[in-house]
Amino acid sequence: MINVTFVSSDGERRQVQIEEGETAREAALYNDVPGIDGDCGGVCACATCHVQVDPEWIDKVGRLMSDGMEADLLQFAEGTTEYSRLACQIPMKPMLDGLVLHVPEQQY
Amino acid sequence: MNIQTAAPDVAAEIASIPIEEIDVARPSLFQNDTIGLFFDRLRAEEPVHYCRESYVGPYWSITKFDDIMAVDTNHKVFSSEAKLGGIAIQDMHSVEGALELEMFIAMDPPKHDQQRKAVTPAVAPSNLQLLEPVIRKRAGEILDELPVGEDFDWVDKVAIELTTMTLATLFDFPWEERRKLTRWSDVATAAPETGIVESYEARREELIGCAMYFKALWDERINQEPKNDLISMMAHSPATRDMPFLEFLGNLMLLIVGGNDTTRNSISGGVLALNQNPDEYAKLNEDPSLIGKMVPEIIRWQTPLTHMRRTALEDWEIGGKQIKKGDKVVMWYLSGNRDESAIEHADRFIIDRKNPRHHLSFGYGIHRCMGNRLAELQLRIIWEEIHKRFSRVEVTGQPERLFSNLVRGITRMPVRLHAR
Ligand code: HEM
Ligand code: FES
Repeated sequence: MINVTFVSSDGERRQVQIEEGETAREAALYNDVPGIDGDCGGVCACATCHVQVDPEWIDKVGRLMSDGMEADLLQFAEGTTEYSRLACQIPMKPMLDGLVLHVPEQQY
Repeated sequence: MNIQTAAPDVAAEIASIPIEEIDVARPSLFQNDTIGLFFDRLRAEEPVHYCRESYVGPYWSITKFDDIMAVDTNHKVFSSEAKLGGIAIQDMHSVEGALELEMFIAMDPPKHDQQRKAVTPAVAPSNLQLLEPVIRKRAGEILDELPVGEDFDWVDKVAIELTTMTLATLFDFPWEERRKLTRWSDVATAAPETGIVESYEARREELIGCAMYFKALWDERINQEPKNDLISMMAHSPATRDMPFLEFLGNLMLLIVGGNDTTRNSISGGVLALNQNPDEYAKLNEDPSLIGKMVPEIIRWQTPLTHMRRTALEDWEIGGKQIKKGDKVVMWYLSGNRDESAIEHADRFIIDRKNPRHHLSFGYGIHRCMGNRLAELQLRIIWEEIHKRFSRVEVTGQPERLFSNLVRGITRMPVRLHAR
């Protein structure tokens, strides 16, 4: 099991556990973490699983690739930063144990 | 009352048509609501189907959820460009002299991306919430005016009125003249065959009138302090304020058209679905907190836009079929939304589904509906206000449906209200 902490827009922290191989989107949805909608089912087609990776973790998670569907979609999301990623595109692996993700105020 | 669906002999007849002769572009199939039986066959027998001959020419039908998703997210191969035919099964720009506004829904990157990015902040959910109290108050006023216990047409008195009201609120459009918005939206998407306009010249003239009206509003807003309405936001935002006027108008019309009959028909479609599924109506009355989940289910069930179309920019294989460069490819959302392999009990209307937003009605990928949260917000407010006042909106006669293969519309629906 891998630990992930979701921090809501008003600073509330929720730690959840998820199996290796699932994504950060599933970590949120299986545990009813509010603020991650994930409408498309996790196939990088809707951008409603937008998160900001905590700066401490961004190198382990990896930054957004400048071309590809994830970047194409994120350009239209609200309040993106250099730490923005789509949670469904973050596969969980042991090196990410303890990962901290910030949930935006709203998905869109 | 018993609201009719297809008679058994009609179903038998549809079952006997040779698969290669099926043409789902015929608007009459949507008007008589037998279209679902055709899509059931395509999904089962030939999910990627080629129709050689139709009044809109040859086209591919994509009918399964996952295949639709694959096309919708592959904008490098499947183009939305207006000049190639655009986004509907019937080609855009096919009529000489018709005034076509440029809208980014019918553009490919990079132009699409620039325009969409400029307009996005105006419909950001955080902005829209500021408008919620006004929309709620005005919705309440419309509902309070309605007669209780006598038959009237839900579409004209409620669905159109509520949609027009929300559009007028979003744009802070002069209140007394708000039906102009609905009219222009109808005109902008109308061909003379629909009877909405007499000719392309008449259409052109009305749209020029619309352009001048909005020019005046733009000039007024740009000289005022910034406000929350979409015109003011576009007039003041650095991304949009220097937009050439015609581009601004195209974007503005897209916001109006995008939210007009889609919302209208979701309002009517929801009432119809609840009447056809009394157990679900009972669930709603017992627990109105289900409205938040019911709204996306209504949008799936209604599928206000039956399809979006693309044009293949290169040869591509889907579902074992060879699509050729230049082919017209139609993603039938209405069919994908009934696909059992992607949605459990897809043929049932269930207001408390687990993943109600997992549907195709808003499309996916870079063109995914920009107004999707706005649409949900409007419908949620409207249903909350209906619920406060009426224990039941009873459908008392056969609804009439729109003759269109694109907009899945209800044009008339007699109802009677029961007070709470
Ligand atoms: C239930 C109501 C609605 C439905 C079913 C709906 C459906 C759709 C669909 C199917 C698309 C194309 C998606 C694709 O090609 O993948 C779309 C795009 C769009 N919609 Fe909506 N829509 C609704 C409400 C609204 C509202 C209220 C607005 C107004 C803000 C709006 C504005 C737009 C815009 C601007 C686009 C173009 C996006 C782009 O091309 O990037 N829609 N909508
Ligand atoms: S769930 Fe749709 S993009 Fe991640």
